[in-house]
Amino acid sequence: MPDAIQLSHVSKAFGSGDARTLALKDATFSAALGELHLVVGPSGCGKTTLLSVAAGTLAWDEGDVTVLGTRLNDLPQPKVTAFRRRHIGFIFQQFNLIPTLDLVENVSVPLLLNGRPRREAEERSAALLQRLGLGGRERKRPTQLSGGQQQRVAIARALVHEPPLLIADEPTSALDRETGHQIMEILSTAARSPNRCVVIVTHDPRTYAYADRLTEMEDGRIAGVHQGQVLQNFIASHH
Amino acid sequence: MFHLALRMLLGDRAKYLMLVGGLTFSALLMTQQNAVFQGLLSWTTSHMRNMRAPIWVVEGRVQQVNETKALRDTDVNRVRSVTGVDFAMPLFQGVLKARATDGSEKLIQMIGLHAGTLFGRPARMLSGNIEQLRVANAVVIDELAAERLGRAPAPGQAPRPLAVGDVFEINDREARVVGLCRTERHFFGYPYVFSTYDQALQFAPRQRKMLSMILASPRPGVPAEVAAAHIEAETGLKAYTVPEFERSTLDWIWKNTGIPASFMTTILLGFIVGVAIAGQTFYSFVLENLRNLGALKAMGASNGLLSAMLLLQAFTVGLVGYGIGLGLTALFGLAVSQGGQPPFLLQPAAVLRTLVAILIICFLAALLGIRKVAKLEPAIVFRG
Repeated sequence: MPDAIQLSHVSKAFGSGDARTLALKDATFSAALGELHLVVGPSGCGKTTLLSVAAGTLAWDEGDVTVLGTRLNDLPQPKVTAFRRRHIGFIFQQFNLIPTLDLVENVSVPLLLNGRPRREAEERSAALLQRLGLGGRERKRPTQLSGGQQQRVAIARALVHEPPLLIADEPTSALDRETGHQIMEILSTAARSPNRCVVIVTHDPRTYAYADRLTEMEDGRIAGVHQGQVLQNFIASHH
Repeated sequence: MFHLALRMLLGDRAKYLMLVGGLTFSALLMTQQNAVFQGLLSWTTSHMRNMRAPIWVVEGRVQQVNETKALRDTDVNRVRSVTGVDFAMPLFQGVLKARATDGSEKLIQMIGLHAGTLFGRPARMLSGNIEQLRVANAVVIDELAAERLGRAPAPGQAPRPLAVGDVFEINDREARVVGLCRTERHFFGYPYVFSTYDQALQFAPRQRKMLSMILASPRPGVPAEVAAAHIEAETGLKAYTVPEFERSTLDWIWKNTGIPASFMTTILLGFIVGVAIAGQTFYSFVLENLRNLGALKAMGASNGLLSAMLLLQAFTVGLVGYGIGLGLTALFGLAVSQGGQPPFLLQPAAVLRTLVAILIICFLAALLGIRKVAKLEPAIVFRG
């Protein structure tokens, strides 16, 4: 399957002088279309930095980044922003739903950003919310929902413009076990499309079973990439 | 996205109300103080509108209409003889003491008009007949004088305004009211009492020179400026046309009184208060929404779009605050228009200036947020 993300020898440091911290050290990473790819590792190992670089939301110091066949190194910042707008859906750990907007308005944001008319955006958003089990709650505010429901709204927002790349940062960490599984089921279903890649950063071992491929990070480096039987062994060793 | 920007703004009710409140106060302060200032400035030249003469001839050092430096009686004829002058009439103006019927003393603005023509007469008579001014001891008074010099119908009762037929005293001389007129309020707040020139000299304490001013009119077809220039050239007196005297009076007020500086300071304070409240509150609104803005940025909202959204939010609260502030100013104007003071003159230019000031305040407030958002890394949303 073609690669959705290719990071080649990417390094990223924060701070300067004595306070300089190397968050990514010569990291080479790839994720393919049609797969659900987990990036795991202990806190501070560089998972989120890797995700931010792959999403084009964080500038990196060295290396090449190619996403969906587009080399981001060559793009000026406004074009990277436009690229994200069209091709990437985001799911955040804290959901990041706008509390003063209702669910339909929250979900319709990516469509509006892509220039779709308001009416169409709201209709498509409402339909997607319905599919994700939130029918009848379209005009509620995020704060009126449970954590799991809020994360489903965030997933709807990430999927509504049908992006080929879905990036999720710790999507289950704020949820209980049962809700976490429900969220992973939805994301797993989304990854079944051959034209979509779902990359999830997590340190929640409960989610490992959903991975098609799993990249393990440690201290800013890629410590290993697991799939097939190796992945099953890795999952077993973490249960 | 702009409707969502407005929903985000209106959704944070506390911040929205604080922003609107601050900008309302700022707009109210700037507009109301400006209107009172303009009203006060208009009072400084009300004398000219009450007399309605095209040319005002005064002693050479006189710079403003409320100032009197006496002329010689013969100056009237010298002005009459000037080329381009149709007619010229003497005018007495002075502040005298009048005794109200209850015995209290009030200051009045005595105006003595040429008896033959009554040139400079009040524009609007409310009762009585201005022609009767030629009767001995007759005066025409304005509404303020009628009120201030009013008499009680019986001891212990509230005074009623003077009316035609009533008498009072000016410098121990009896003055009989033969008419009631409407005038614009004088800068110093004195009520107007009109008489003929000769009778006014009888009411006033005797001085060597009593002629205050000469009111003149150009011949038909001769511009007032030309006639005024001739008067100055041929008599050595100062001759002002109405626009020149207004300008000179206003210049004098600006240069010689603390009134403009005082009002400007208050108006400036209104601006600063607006900047402080709106800037601080809007910046805090942006800070509280930083993660949301970061999420929008991560999802592909450009800096330009986010800036436009912030500007829309800032200008929306600005226009709402401005509208309410202007409405409150108008209510204030309506309320004071009944009593006649403080002076109030709300000019379209002042309304426009306040709008521009409020928009500048909003722009500055939004600028702080725009700067913050421009520097915001979208990756902020990935950090717990």
